[in-house]
Amino acid sequence: MEDNRSLIIKRVSRWMAPFIFLYGVYLALYGHLSPGGGFPGGVVVAAAFILILLARGEPAALSKIPYAVAKELDALGALLFLGVGLAGIGVSGVFFANFIQEFLPGQPLEWFSGGTIIINNVAIAMKVAGSIFLVLYFLSVLRISGEGEVGFSSLEEK
Amino acid sequence: MLPYILALVLLLVGVFGIFTRKNLIKIIISISIIESAVNLFLILVGYRSGGIAPIFTARMAEISEFADQAVDPLPQAMVLTSIVIGVSLTALLVVISLRLHHVYGTYDINKIFFARESDEE
Amino acid sequence: MIIAAVVALYTEELLSAVIALGAVGFGSSGTFLLLRAPDLAITQVVVEVITLVLLIRATMVVGSIKTEGRQRYLPYFLALLAVLFLTTFVFFSFAEMPQFGTPVMERFEDAPSIYYLLRGLDLTGSANQVMSVLLDFRIYDTLGEATVIFTAVLGALTLLRMRGRKQLDGG
Repeated sequence: MEDNRSLIIKRVSRWMAPFIFLYGVYLALYGHLSPGGGFPGGVVVAAAFILILLARGEPAALSKIPYAVAKELDALGALLFLGVGLAGIGVSGVFFANFIQEFLPGQPLEWFSGGTIIINNVAIAMKVAGSIFLVLYFLSVLRISGEGEVGFSSLEEK
Repeated sequence: MLPYILALVLLLVGVFGIFTRKNLIKIIISISIIESAVNLFLILVGYRSGGIAPIFTARMAEISEFADQAVDPLPQAMVLTSIVIGVSLTALLVVISLRLHHVYGTYDINKIFFARESDEE
Repeated sequence: MIIAAVVALYTEELLSAVIALGAVGFGSSGTFLLLRAPDLAITQVVVEVITLVLLIRATMVVGSIKTEGRQRYLPYFLALLAVLFLTTFVFFSFAEMPQFGTPVMERFEDAPSIYYLLRGLDLTGSANQVMSVLLDFRIYDTLGEATVIFTAVLGALTLLRMRGRKQLDGG
């Protein structure tokens, strides 16, 4: 597909994407202290990749996050989330028991304080990032096969 | 009382849209409007005038003082869930309507309906 | 926001309607901020961006749109009926509602919200009480939500894949 995106968009997205990614990771890691959490964190991480996808095309986006990695991220997030719940059964006898907080209570308002909340946040962020990126990736890639459909590139011609 | 009524009006606009619009995208938009109206209403129920966000900070000396001032965290957590479910619902609806558009070449539900009837004959 | 919602429903062009929906979403995000719900404000902003991208993708398959052909009156009648029905319900329930600005949790001594606020820091160690409710006290909800996302994404990917395979077969 011909690359007729403007130079400014490509340059700016190259600069912006890492910061958006970092912000998403921050949101997920500090969700138990400040506003944020796994869901917005995951969506922001996905948005960083979607920015690359929309601004610089599929090859650039897939070089940053290959399709298989996104798929694994989705599944690993779900498994990690469930694993924390099952570990709760194993350690404390209750599904999703906050076992880290029980045995290793952290100082409140420090980073290490939420127990399993941190792990759950990260798991959910991975899951949400993977799944939302996958949906948008499929939506933008498979348009080529449709007949009479207008792609992203022709929108920018207008 | 006024904020509740505004949320209600937003909800009614969405319901009206679902019934009267013919375009699939417009119907998805109406569903999203209903979603934001309901989310807004739930948060309005938990609001305390002059309250603070339910995040404990080092400035708060006592936990009881914090509990007296903070807004209700429960509806916020529920609405967080509902927002994320909303986006996955929108994604699914968009994909379904794209597929319908691929098959029938239109977003108009009446035309899709007639096309299906003529297919069956 | 209400104006934006009405505009979203009544503009002829689909792209403007989608952008008006964006106005609704960002408006509700600002309202969340005013209502002391910063978690929700952040989530609403990012989710709104994703929704806009999705819907713009959906509108791009058609050109500039001539929506709405002939209108029939039955849908309007049904819509009015539904609106009246809802309004009657709301009229009765608003009499029970507390005044705006006093949360419902204050009406009951043992409301769970009070317990979450008082004991959340001890029991979960999380400063953000929304997270402590979402990921500790009520984590089953979150598990269900993760299932919903998983199912929705699975459904979406299946539908898109079907399209791709059909293209491959049919040439």
